[in-house]
Amino acid sequence: MIEDRVELWLVIVGLGLGSFLLRFAFIGLVGSRPLPAWVMRHLRYTAVAVLPGLVAPLVMWPAATQGTLDPARLTAAVVTIVVGAWTRNVLLSIGLGAGTLYAALYLLG
Amino acid sequence: MPTETTKSIFLQGARDAAPFVLVVGPFALLFGVVAAEAGLNVVEALTFSVAVIAGAAQFTALQLMVDDVPTVVVLVSALAVNLRMAMYSASLTPYLGEASLRQRALAAYFIVDQSYGCSVLKYEQNPHWTIGQKLAYFWGTVAPVCPFWYVFTVVGAMLGNSIPEGLALDFALPITFLAIIMPMLRTPAHVAAALVSVIAALVFAFLPYNLGLLVAGILGMVTGAEVERRSAARAGDA
Repeated sequence: MIEDRVELWLVIVGLGLGSFLLRFAFIGLVGSRPLPAWVMRHLRYTAVAVLPGLVAPLVMWPAATQGTLDPARLTAAVVTIVVGAWTRNVLLSIGLGAGTLYAALYLLG
Repeated sequence: MPTETTKSIFLQGARDAAPFVLVVGPFALLFGVVAAEAGLNVVEALTFSVAVIAGAAQFTALQLMVDDVPTVVVLVSALAVNLRMAMYSASLTPYLGEASLRQRALAAYFIVDQSYGCSVLKYEQNPHWTIGQKLAYFWGTVAPVCPFWYVFTVVGAMLGNSIPEGLALDFALPITFLAIIMPMLRTPAHVAAALVSVIAALVFAFLPYNLGLLVAGILGMVTGAEVERRSAARAGDA
């Protein structure tokens, strides 16, 4: 639970402003000068470099099981990954991943 | 096509972006639910979505705040997820750079994955479009997507407060992220970046303040760029 209201609003305002500046940076300030190729090359991989790193510890050490590997959650994660790799369908992956989680929690729990 | 009016181009944009409602709606709903679970009220959740309009960054910030990570690290990590917006901004600049500052500022706020993806594709196909037509298309793509983002955040936040405990919602976020990541892995460079990120995040998990995530992000980004550079060099030699 998030208890600290000051922190919450700092994050909302800071992230809002920061995101706007990132979006405005080039279209608003730089004009039509092209960015160096190496900068674009790095920017292309930011999301794919940050999100997996965010998820990996959540999958391996879930807080809900006090940080120990949980067979139900691990199975759900694997199913989500496989369905996603196979179909590239986000909603289907979420649906089958969640379905697997509940089935596994029921069977294993 | 001589019959292209500003209105028809706007509608074309709206039509092209309409299927994304099926992704954006449930995603916003989920954000609302997870935000409510994390202790945000409806106004806070909605303000979050209006201020940021970027799902992945919002989920990241929420998760890190629940984990009690210092505010600075929350901001840096979530902004890192949003760095791709700077890339979108850069790649739209050649097309929309001549619009007025007011229009560019407004458009900048609405740069999201869907409006960017649709627009860049059409701008490449229609180099003859005037700046007015280009903006009309952009606003067309925004129209079906962004309002749903706000509305479904509210619906989710209201639902979240009435969902009983024990639904294992702690794992809604990892599953959602995994589902978003997989379609992003289009090239070997993307796969390499993601793998390095996973390994580095686990190896550097001991670092305080969740700094392991930032290390993982930087290593993943450098890996992706380097793999791309090398495969481009190889393709050039062939």
